Amino acid sequence: MSKDEKRFSRRDFLKTTGVATGGILGGSLLGGFIGYNFDQSPPATEPETAEHGEEASGGDNHHTGYLFFTKHSDRETIEAAMERIFPEDDLGPGAAALGAAYFLDGQLAGDYGSNTKEYMQGPFYEGSATQGYQSRLNRREYFTLGILKLNEVANEEHDADFRALEPEQMDEILTLFQEGEVDMGVPAHTATAPEFFGLLRTATLEGVYSDPIYRGNRGMEGWKMKNFPGHQMAYIEQIDDGEFHEIDPQSVAEGH
Amino acid sequence: MAETLDKVDVVTVGVGWTGGIVAAEAAKAGLSVVGLERGKNRGTEDYQHVHDEYRYAIRYELMQDTSKETITFRNTRDERALPMRRMGSFLLGENVGGAGTHWNGQTWRFLPYDFEIRSLTEERYGEDKLGDDKGYRWQDWGITYDELEPYFTQFDLTIGLAGEENPLGGSRSEPFPTPPMIETPMLKLFKDAANGMGLHAHMMPSANMTQQYTNPDGQTLQPCQYCAFCERFACEYDAKSSPETTVIPTALETGNFDIRTQANVVEVLTDEDDDSLVSGVRYIDTLSGEEFIQPADIVVLNSYVFNNYKLLRVSDIGEQYDPETEEGTLGRNYGYQTFGGARGFFDTQFNTFMGAGALGAGLDDYNGDEFDHSDLDFLHGGNIAVTQTGSRPIATNITRPDTPSWGAEFKKETIENYTRTIRVQGQCATTPHKDNYLDIDEDYTDAYGLPLVQLTYNFTDSDRVRTKYLADRCGEILEEMGANEIVVDEEIGDYDIVPYQSTHNTGGTVMGDDPETSVVNNWMQHWDRDNLFVVGAGNFPHNSGYNPTSTVGALAYRCAEGVITYSEDGGRLED
Ligand SMILES: Cc1cc2nc3c(=O)[nH]c(=O)nc-3n(C[C@H](O)[C@H](O)[C@H](O)COP(=O)(O)OP(=O)(O)OC[C@H]3O[C@@H](n4cnc5c(N)ncnc54)[C@H](O)[C@@H]3O)c2cc1C
Ligand code: SF4
Repeated sequence: MSKDEKRFSRRDFLKTTGVATGGILGGSLLGGFIGYNFDQSPPATEPETAEHGEEASGGDNHHTGYLFFTKHSDRETIEAAMERIFPEDDLGPGAAALGAAYFLDGQLAGDYGSNTKEYMQGPFYEGSATQGYQSRLNRREYFTLGILKLNEVANEEHDADFRALEPEQMDEILTLFQEGEVDMGVPAHTATAPEFFGLLRTATLEGVYSDPIYRGNRGMEGWKMKNFPGHQMAYIEQIDDGEFHEIDPQSVAEGH
Repeated sequence: MAETLDKVDVVTVGVGWTGGIVAAEAAKAGLSVVGLERGKNRGTEDYQHVHDEYRYAIRYELMQDTSKETITFRNTRDERALPMRRMGSFLLGENVGGAGTHWNGQTWRFLPYDFEIRSLTEERYGEDKLGDDKGYRWQDWGITYDELEPYFTQFDLTIGLAGEENPLGGSRSEPFPTPPMIETPMLKLFKDAANGMGLHAHMMPSANMTQQYTNPDGQTLQPCQYCAFCERFACEYDAKSSPETTVIPTALETGNFDIRTQANVVEVLTDEDDDSLVSGVRYIDTLSGEEFIQPADIVVLNSYVFNNYKLLRVSDIGEQYDPETEEGTLGRNYGYQTFGGARGFFDTQFNTFMGAGALGAGLDDYNGDEFDHSDLDFLHGGNIAVTQTGSRPIATNITRPDTPSWGAEFKKETIENYTRTIRVQGQCATTPHKDNYLDIDEDYTDAYGLPLVQLTYNFTDSDRVRTKYLADRCGEILEEMGANEIVVDEEIGDYDIVPYQSTHNTGGTVMGDDPETSVVNNWMQHWDRDNLFVVGAGNFPHNSGYNPTSTVGALAYRCAEGVITYSEDGGRLED
């Protein structure tokens, strides 16, 4: 089956729902659909117009400027650690090639980095594990401290910065963080090594598997490895199939 | 100085499912209704770009802004309660539609047993079984299933519920308005295995539509496309019943309903001359910072479990529950939900990335009192189900228990397992306990200077054994399903506010027929204030082995009827 046939078009939607004949949907909904260009033909796997530029395809965005990091070495430290968490192997690329560090850079520059939607009022106390995140630091501060500590420990143990270590040495150090064997140099209610490791691990998975509009998951290779098709309009035609489907992934930016 | 606005017949605080239902019914009856909603307006035109796991499911785009308001939490009274600084365990709703915008639509009616759990348990097993001496506080709801049935049906018709007869549930006066969801290979495997064991598996009742449906109010819903971005997301097709696709437009079309957004209510105003009445609410326009007083003949709190409790408490309405003396009722019987299940590993690949919010099959053979509890250390049970809601890659990283949580092995296993496992899961009732309750916090405040709600909660021993019992049953079903390898959940530990479990919080403003043990009567009318109604899962004296919203919807329809009756006759509705 070609991709075109599998694609759910706006026309199909209107047919299935009876909207085209009944005209039941309100203007607001149809208005909303305009942005999607469902019935663009061919589907927008290629840039449709020049104004979207070369980055438009599939939301794939390889911009490599910095929004948060101020020096290459910080990005390289994070990238090296992320690559150990999600390494390249025979299944496909690792976190580094997928751009997970650039994903994090963008996120740290925004709401995520400054904990905009989180309750950040004091007083701050160390909680029990079941009480969750209690740090006064926002994620920018947490990652800044974490990078510093990764390098500090690398220098203590191996006389070199983290990003210059052998993979096995990096793993050793990351394990020290994970198991709480690293002193973060601040009170436990401010930051702990396992909590930093947890943030880093989660950010790695997010960077590898988020929609490419966030600068990670380059070429949707993260999704391809996992066989996640990303943004699809509908599975109603295949949902009861016994056979397994491999579907070319699409970014949510598709059709913009 | 707050500006006083023109008086209306009814003000609802919050415009989600409960607010929308009350507004629609009251407005249809000709009452003037204002809905005050702290969040912003939104609708289907805002949902055309939602297939983005990171923004919506991970960063909670559609949900409560916890920088402005959250709760504090501790497991036990001897701990210091600390703020839930980011959401995790449950995802609170905000903006028009509330949590109904981003719910799944799995819509189970509670069992007849639930509403009379104390009496029926005593009758079958004797009083000792209730575990009063262990601090358990099972109580009847002051209403029966049969009394609630018409309201369940009303909600089913409003949302166009798609389903298949459940041989074990309470009886239905009307058939399901729409046929069940599509039976997928994963679900068929589960149903066949379970039914082969003599259990009663059937398709889950779904508020994702299976055909075009026009409800009795004239609102039309479209067929679900199984887009797999449903729970935590909003539907781009008008195919998921939500307040903004059903009851809110119904209310607006009457011309009697006015939604005021970015209106955060901070107080229910009591009547200076009459301590059996309230006179309206005070709210803050969150954009301008201005304060307004909205006078109303009837005030209905529809602001979910925590804020329904909070608004009563900060307005000094009713008596706060004290776990030491067990005096007071406001805040008592807080409850939640536990999950006990098992995961099966298969060679076959399933289309796990396809799905819909309420696509699933379930069975009630181990729910309620459908099985003999004589030799068991717990009451109640849970619905066991397999769902296919659409697995997404950031959140779905399944490993066997001893696989490392990162590195090469982790990567390989999580990628392989993504399409090769099935989880069978029991959604369990929880036992109300005298030490599980809501209070207000003395240290932390919200953006408007009000104290945060303080939650003290832990699972009880009976919750642990019930959940484990269900998990073991799930393991048995997976064996029958032919899994190569089965990992059954360990016994649950302490309640943890971090990982997502469910937005099935209950209690705190419970209903009943006795003002000594409840906050509202069975019309959701406050015991002390005749023109004040409080509705939501906060009315549940305990949580059942199901998702809550069918029962929430039924209670909201009953509440709406109470509001209308009160507007005509006044006085106490229980008389
Ligand atoms: C991800 C997810 C999936 C779910 N899936 C299911 C499911 O499959 N089945 C099921 O049965 N249930 C499900 N639920 C639960 C279901 O969504 C809720 O039971 C239901 O929506 C609750 O409706 P409500 O009206 O009581 O509260 P809400 O929907 O929370 O509405 C309360 C409204 O009040 C507003 N408000 C609060 N405080 C104030 C204030 N001070 N002033 C003004 N406004 C205020 C809020 O902003 C909100 O809009 C799910 C929930 C979530 C989060
Ligand atoms: S799964 Fe169905 S109901 Fe849910 S969002 Fe997608 S189309 Fe809408």
